[in-house]
Formats: sequence, structure tokens, C-alpha cells
Amino acid sequence: MASFFNKGFGRKRDSDTSGRIPPGQYETHDFPVLTAGPTPRIPLTNWTFSLEGLVDTPVQWTWEEFNALPHQSFTNDIHCVTKWTKLDTHWEGVSIETLLEHANVKPEATHVMAYSYGDYTTNIPLEDLRHGKAFVGLRFEGQPLTPEHGGPARLVVPHLYFWKSAKWIKGLRFMDADKAGFWERGGYSMYGDPWKEQRYRSDD
Amino acid sequence: MNKIQWLMAEVTAIVQETPRVKTLTLRLPEWIPHLPGQHYDLRLTAEDGYQAERSYSIASPPEKTGEIDLTIEFIADGEVSSYLFDGIGIGDPLEVRGPIGGYFVWKDTMANDPLLLVAGGSGIVPLMAMLRHRANIKATNPTVLLFSVRTDEDVIYWNELKTLACQDSQFSLLITFTRRPPSDWTGYQGRIDGPMLSEVLSRFSSPPLSYVCGPTPLVEQVANTLADVGLPPTSIRTERFGPTGT
Ligand SMILES: Cc1cc2nc3c(=O)[nH]c(=O)nc-3n(C[C@H](O)[C@H](O)[C@H](O)COP(=O)(O)OP(=O)(O)OC[C@H]3O[C@@H](n4cnc5c(N)ncnc54)[C@H](O)[C@@H]3O)c2cc1C
Repeated sequence: MASFFNKGFGRKRDSDTSGRIPPGQYETHDFPVLTAGPTPRIPLTNWTFSLEGLVDTPVQWTWEEFNALPHQSFTNDIHCVTKWTKLDTHWEGVSIETLLEHANVKPEATHVMAYSYGDYTTNIPLEDLRHGKAFVGLRFEGQPLTPEHGGPARLVVPHLYFWKSAKWIKGLRFMDADKAGFWERGGYSMYGDPWKEQRYRSDD
Repeated sequence: MNKIQWLMAEVTAIVQETPRVKTLTLRLPEWIPHLPGQHYDLRLTAEDGYQAERSYSIASPPEKTGEIDLTIEFIADGEVSSYLFDGIGIGDPLEVRGPIGGYFVWKDTMANDPLLLVAGGSGIVPLMAMLRHRANIKATNPTVLLFSVRTDEDVIYWNELKTLACQDSQFSLLITFTRRPPSDWTGYQGRIDGPMLSEVLSRFSSPPLSYVCGPTPLVEQVANTLADVGLPPTSIRTERFGPTGT
């Protein structure tokens, strides 16, 4: 029994998935949208994806080249800092590990700044993108990813709060130190582990 | 930086704003000045330990010290809002933490810039904190509120907004009714669209800073339209309350 409780308050929806819902989160079947501003429109003819910063040779792909890379399917639970969790989402995209085969990342690289169309940025430790833990998502639930949800391509790092999964991704910059991205400068956590409830900078 | 602590607040007043909206005043053991636009997180705990957390914008301006006002819209199957609406009385304790948010905020350094506020339903709440604070600091920047509501029963803070508009020649209140306007209504009707936004923007002599808040589809539509008619995307700030539909 909780030491403090709100009289008469109880769970409205039963859930047999509670072990998959991090603290403070609730399960939604919608796919809510969270963005700081309007949705950018990105013509595919102009779209590029780059790896830059601490790499031996920077790489840039066009939309066609990127789509020709080996694709994989992913099924993940995603957790948004605004409290919703969506279980068993299905994605198709290119694993970051696949991308890294095309650029030699320098040994001193420890962190990555993901940057997007619309000037959004977010910082992630390099290790959290490796070994199949993260991918660039191109299709969601069998359909091309819509602009509201970050299409044509979004970074997906399912084990961190979803703002780390930068929408409208344009590239990854490899860095030798951690640097705050857009929401992080605004007071959000540098790392964002939903299981430790690292929502805000003060939770780090 | 100190951890934003959960605090035990006490409900000191409840005001019925509309048939579906109530304002709860919470007295905080430790009140921290906030910026208009920020929110608090609120946590409910059931007797079996189950917890639910939601965010609620601060309606009161920072000039109201020691307490915060939260304005809550009743959602019939809403786990938290329905409890706050029906299950809470004066004197009850509520756990909150805040103030939170560093982006959807209006700062005093912006007090000279023209300001466009667009709200759908309870999306008015953080914008009301901005309008209240703006009146308190006697800012004279041209300001327009475009407020989308369903019916004449649903206009949250209507009297206060009318009073603000009467007292301040630089503030215009524009309401659009999407379902049922008052019988003598001559203003906007229907959902906010491109022509309506263009007309609203033509009231400004220079491009305003915009804050858009409400249900996700409205925020998407308004923010994208504002960008389409030429406002710089970085001048448009949005806050989505949910839900999404699909
Ligand atoms: C930063 C921020 C500030 C917010 N400020 C306020 C505020 O000032 N006042 C306020 O009333 N709410 C505000 N909200 C929304 C609030 O946090 C809750 O989402 C809302 O009260 C619903 O929670 P619930 O537990 O009652 O519903 P849930 O049990 O979570 O959902 C029940 C059903 O209602 C739907 N639903 C969820 N949210 C909404 C919504 N906003 N409108 C209509 N249907 C919905 C869900 O899709 C679901 O079908 C804010 C949200 C954010 C992210």
C-alpha cells in the first residue's frame, strides 16, 4: 500500500503490459505528435543524409542511395517524455551499424549530435547508437513515415525517451565530448533513460 | 542543479469555468516563480500504489505568489482529468512538480514584439498566463488572441478576456465557434483555416511572434499554415496537449 494516495483514484484501464511501461508513463494506442514548431516539408530530390565530424571521410547519401542500403525490420516500444508509451511499433529502416560500415569513425569519438531539417538537434552517446540499438526509420507500420512523425526519415533510438529519436533527420556529427542539443539546452535530460525517469536535466 | 522535487500541494479553491472545465488553485509549500507558458507535472497515486502522471499548464501569472492555478478540461474516459474534475475538493492534497518547460514560454524581453496567440479549447491555459502577465507588466505590444471553441458554453475565461480587450486597445480578442456560435454572433465561425489566419495576420504591421496551443490536429494545421503564409518557422512556437486521432 502506498504511504500517500489520492482517495478514490484508481487505474481506469487494465493492463497486462505494466512491466513494459516505465515509471510515470502510460500506454497509448495513438501515435501522438510532439514538435517545437511547424512540420518541415522536405522534397526527396533535395534530401541527403550525412555522417560528419570525427570520421576519416565524411559520407553523404541521396534519397535513392540511402534507400538502396540494406534495410531491416524493427519492433520496439517507444516512450515519449510527455508520458505516453506505445508498445510494439513496427519500423523499417537502416541500422546505424550499417551506416557506420561506410565511414571510419575516429577512436576519439564518444558522442553524436543528430541534426535535422528545421535545425533540430539532439545529443546521444555513440555507444547508444551502435550494435543495432538504433536505426534510421523510413517506414512505420508498413507505410512511408509521414512528415508529422518525422518523415521522410527519422532517427529511432527506442531505449531512450523519444525526443532523442530526431525527426526529419539530416545527419550525424561525431564528437569527442557530450554537447547539449535543442531540448537538452532547454532543460531536458542529457541522456533520457525512461527507466530511470531522466526527463529533465535535474534528473540526470 | 537541484532535482525538481515532488511537492504536496493543497487545493485551496475550485472555480467552474465552463460546464467541462474547472480551475483548481493549489497552495505550494515551496513556490517557485514561473515563466508564462510553463507547466507542472501532476501525479495521482491509487491506494494499491498505481500512479498516473500528466502535465498541466500554469494559468496564473507569476505575480500570483504562493499558489498556482491549473485549469483542467474534463475528458469523459480520462484517467486523470476526470478524477481532478469529479474527485477533488477543497483541502485535498495533490502531488505536483515544476515549473517545467523552457521553450513554450513568453519572456519579458519579448514584451515589445507583436504577439499572436492561437488557442484551441483548453490550449488557452498557458496563453492566459501570458496575457495576464502581459497586462500586469503593462506591455503595449500589439497582441491578438485567436481562440477556437466549440460553442458559446465553452469559452474559458470569457469575461476576463472581454475585460482585458476593453481595457487594452493593443489587445484584440477574436473567437471562432466551430459548432454553435451565440445567436447574435457576427465574428468568426468554423475551424481556423488559411484565409482566417491571413486576415488575422493582416492586423499586424510587422510579423508577430506566435504561440499555438491546443489539440494536436489544430496545432499542426495552424503552425503549418502560419509557416506557409511566410512567418519564419523559428518564430512559431507550439504546444500540443494531445490526443491524435490516429
Ligand atoms: C505540456 C502539456 C500541458 C498541458 N496542459 C493542460 C492544461 O492546462 N489543461 C488540460 O486540461 N490539459 C492539459 N494537457 C493535457 C493533459 O496532460 C492530459 O493529457 C489530459 O488531461 C488527459 O489526461 P487523462 O488522464 O484525463 O486522459 P487519458 O486517460 O490519458 O486519455 C483518455 C482518452 O482521452 C484522449 N485524450 C488525451 N488527452 C486529450 C486531450 N488533451 N483532449 C482530448 N482528448 C484527450 C486519449 O486519446 C484517450 O482516448 C497538457 C498536456 C501537455 C503535454
